[in-house]
Amino acid sequence: MAFEYAPAPESRSVVDIRESYGLFIDGEFADGAGGRIKTVNPATEEVLSEVVEADAADVDRAVAAARRAYDRVWGPMPGRERAKYLYRIARIVQERARELAVLESIDNGKPIRESRDVDVPLVAAHFFYYAGWADKLGYAGFGPDPKPVGVAGQVIPWNFPLLMLAWKIAPALACGNTVVLKPAETTPLTALAFAEICQQAELPAGVVNIVTGAGETGRLLVEHPGVDKVAFTGSTEVGKQIARSVAGTRKRVTLELGGKAANIVFDDAPIDQAVEGIVNGIFFNQGHVCCAGSRLLVQESIADDLLAALKRRMSLLRVGDPLDKNTDVGAINSAAQLERVRQLSELGTSEGAERWSAPCELPERGFWFAPTIFTGVSQAHRIAREEIFGPVLSVLTFRTPAEAVEKANNTPYGLSAGIWTEKGSRILAIADKLRAGVVWANTFNKFDPASPFGGYKESGYGREGGRHGLEAYLAK
Amino acid sequence: MPSDRLAVRKTYKLFIGGAFPRSESGRSYPVRSASGDFMANAALASRKDARDAVRAARSAFGKWSGATAYNRGQILYRVAEMLEGRRAQFVAEVTASGGDADEVDAAIDRWVWYAGWADKIAQVHGGANPVAGPFFNLSTPEPTGVVAVVAPPDSALLGLVSVIAPAIVTGNTVVVVAAEDRPLPAVTLAEVLATSDLPGGVVNVLTGRVAEIAPWLASHMDVDALDLAGVPDRQAATALEVAAADNLKRVLRPAETPVDWAAGPGVDRMLALMETKTVWHPKGV
Amino acid sequence: MRTLAGMTATVASGLDEVARSNAALRAFLHGLPGVDQVGADQRAAMLGTRSIKTTAKAWALDLAIRMVDLTTLEGADTPGKVRALCAKARRPDPEDPSCPPAAAVCVYPAMVGVAAEALDGSGVHLASVATAFPSGQAPLDVRLAETEAAVRDGADEIDMVISRGAFLAGRYLDVYSEIVAVKQACGDAHLKVILETGELATYDNVRRASWLAMIAGADFIKTSTGKVSPAATLPVTLVMLEAVRDFRAATGRQVGVKPAGGIRTAKDSIKYLVLVNETVGEDWLHPDWFRFGASSLLNDLLMQRTKMSTGRYSGPNYVTLD
Repeated sequence: MAFEYAPAPESRSVVDIRESYGLFIDGEFADGAGGRIKTVNPATEEVLSEVVEADAADVDRAVAAARRAYDRVWGPMPGRERAKYLYRIARIVQERARELAVLESIDNGKPIRESRDVDVPLVAAHFFYYAGWADKLGYAGFGPDPKPVGVAGQVIPWNFPLLMLAWKIAPALACGNTVVLKPAETTPLTALAFAEICQQAELPAGVVNIVTGAGETGRLLVEHPGVDKVAFTGSTEVGKQIARSVAGTRKRVTLELGGKAANIVFDDAPIDQAVEGIVNGIFFNQGHVCCAGSRLLVQESIADDLLAALKRRMSLLRVGDPLDKNTDVGAINSAAQLERVRQLSELGTSEGAERWSAPCELPERGFWFAPTIFTGVSQAHRIAREEIFGPVLSVLTFRTPAEAVEKANNTPYGLSAGIWTEKGSRILAIADKLRAGVVWANTFNKFDPASPFGGYKESGYGREGGRHGLEAYLAK
Repeated sequence: MPSDRLAVRKTYKLFIGGAFPRSESGRSYPVRSASGDFMANAALASRKDARDAVRAARSAFGKWSGATAYNRGQILYRVAEMLEGRRAQFVAEVTASGGDADEVDAAIDRWVWYAGWADKIAQVHGGANPVAGPFFNLSTPEPTGVVAVVAPPDSALLGLVSVIAPAIVTGNTVVVVAAEDRPLPAVTLAEVLATSDLPGGVVNVLTGRVAEIAPWLASHMDVDALDLAGVPDRQAATALEVAAADNLKRVLRPAETPVDWAAGPGVDRMLALMETKTVWHPKGV
Repeated sequence: MRTLAGMTATVASGLDEVARSNAALRAFLHGLPGVDQVGADQRAAMLGTRSIKTTAKAWALDLAIRMVDLTTLEGADTPGKVRALCAKARRPDPEDPSCPPAAAVCVYPAMVGVAAEALDGSGVHLASVATAFPSGQAPLDVRLAETEAAVRDGADEIDMVISRGAFLAGRYLDVYSEIVAVKQACGDAHLKVILETGELATYDNVRRASWLAMIAGADFIKTSTGKVSPAATLPVTLVMLEAVRDFRAATGRQVGVKPAGGIRTAKDSIKYLVLVNETVGEDWLHPDWFRFGASSLLNDLLMQRTKMSTGRYSGPNYVTLD
């Protein structure tokens, strides 16, 4: 008899979403001069709230506030005092963890299990980690008395809204910079909740400023002459625009962009864990992960067995209500993203690859896409080259280690890669040859504040996380 | 030396893939000394020469970056030895180009300094990361790849060495555009490199017009990084940086103020041309 | 040989082939895919976060009760104690006739006769730990005689221990031969093979021992005697479930799994049921294919069951202590 899990929804009552939000500038919420944009729950299409689409005047005010705070308060403040503010923030994130997790799942569509067990704990950990650096920067290997850069303009994506905020704000503040951060237009709510956390922590006004908006607001921020340091996580296309726009300026830039990671499975892999790693690699966060293992490279001799095991495992994925504690795969973040995933998937079929989707019932309302794999994919297929940023896996095969490396590296991207084999020497040899910033061997999609993250080639430059993550926020 | 003997002059050619070809375009340009005297005709490299140089640099990358750090250090030290042996020749050329003997000595010492970094930079700038879980986690700096360099126009040898050595010591391969008006020490340095066990293609030297060649290198999709040390003109540097964005090259912008190439270089140039790779592995029995 | 395809070919060609020599057995067992400990632990931990509520919980509690091998394996066991346990197994909740019986009672061979009488006609199975439980350190003929005696006295399930010493020393053929011999001694009784995973130490060994037992004819593979710590854990059970899943795929024969020892709460038992559900599926969600070796677990299941039906928390005074 089948074991049907009854609905186990996390309560929404812990969050209090306002009808509309202003911008968080100079320590206060203020109406913006720009228009308004609506943010919706992607699982239901329900309008959650309205936020400001910050215009040039708004961005000006935010950058000016950050500059004042940098000059007068945060820049001159001893590191040990900055550290205490960051520790405070980390603690408040822990205290409000449940609320933040629910809010993130509502606004983003990701399963509560992930926002609760991955995103929010990592946010707190990130602030704890960088808090400790604030008064130890002289030991970080960037000179005996490193100085901050100034005002950081930071633009983050919608896939890990609060976590990307933490990746940006924690190191910036630890190093003595002040920030103006723009969350993604479809997921502004946890950034605005974070603004309240800054207030609760009594962070000096202007140290953190949150300006909501879409691409144009991001452009205004990145190109603002008052910004000394630009940090962007998002698409490679926008990353290139930013690289062009800062050319000839003194602005420092870090870019964390797209990927098309190869997850390489050798015939001597720990198969059951490899299957879990493949699933986690591409279906974690609906595949809305820049480092997703979106290209499975499997050794031909085990391909049939592995695919059978993978399909069996995919059939168990629980797709649906992000707030249900048993949901594995939530909603696609937006109608636009769903359209892109659909288009690229249709392209896969029309290019001759074989499509298989997990049998699952998708809700009628909201933005949904069943976990899908394409087999019979070759390097020439667009689904093997373009970042789909959705729950779609392209499966390719290889015969020898050299062929695996060649195929893995045969992409303009270079963010991450996976290797599955029980042979240690092979792991080390292959890891050496892969042109990717993060290599997961016999695991995948692991993140830690102490571990640097970032890409080779068109996946961007600079590292976030760890000691390495300080470099971008310290003056040369 | 008897005055009736006619000197045998050197033909100054390009250095690509370990060979010394003329420009495929068949062009050359006259190089004059600081005092205005004709010294030689240097090859005037074309975009196709730049393309060939990039190809040579790319094919040399795997072997050079895969060599042991000890081996790379030995070879860089060998470069210093070879340079020392031809010190007099370099002094003559550098002096004619407006430099002095001190610059040659400093250039030799710079090779020695960087040679020692080969097997240390990863220790200083990599390391284990204490992640919160049962994982081995190690970050290692690795070479970025093929680096296009515009050498400083004002320091024909020391400036050149100061931009090549930090790129190649970590395993990058280089296409360098020599100082436009003072290219001769660069070609002579290429002769040193060619006899120092440095594999062909690790360093490729182009002589010619920066304005003609650099844009092709900046926009080349198989170049990973661009060092604009030798492009002081702000507008030109901006245009090259914009072109470099097409494949997100790492760009080293020209310094805001004139660089004292004789000063200690620090590790910034090495690190700017490296990528940090972080490898995770579970720890279990 | 390391691949699943390799396994299929080998097993399909005949189990005798695999066990023709120690070398062949070793080659087969060491050719099984490895188990990454961290990955297995994390998969089990993730499944442990499943939230089983309301109707699903009520269903799972009843199933768990039906899967309990109610166990007493003490030197102090007496006929009175065993009879009480049998009464409990037949009717775990005297107040509530809708409460299902336990799967089996599990006792030492000396108590089989008493238990057989007490369980007569109930449908509750009678399991006995034979083969010099828990160490297995007795001559083979003694262990076989013990097995035969337990079956003769009325046990329809035999829980045997393997020689961990022989296994760890790489004498796989010895372990295999002993299981084959005990299986023969069992006659019609089902054979559960206790791997004592706490002594095998690695998941790779657990996977190999699972296959070894299944090839030798085990009807069930069981984690532990309960006398060694650690006893049953979620990840060990996960590895064993993967083994029975792959074994059925390779041979067509379904083998049951019994975690035993250390499972004390209803919450724990539901985690195991989730593990079964999401590793091998509903074919194993039946007392014929999955059991809990436990004693105190039953009362917690009963208290949780009462909480589900009355809406208030129960207490130890409202369940029977035997």
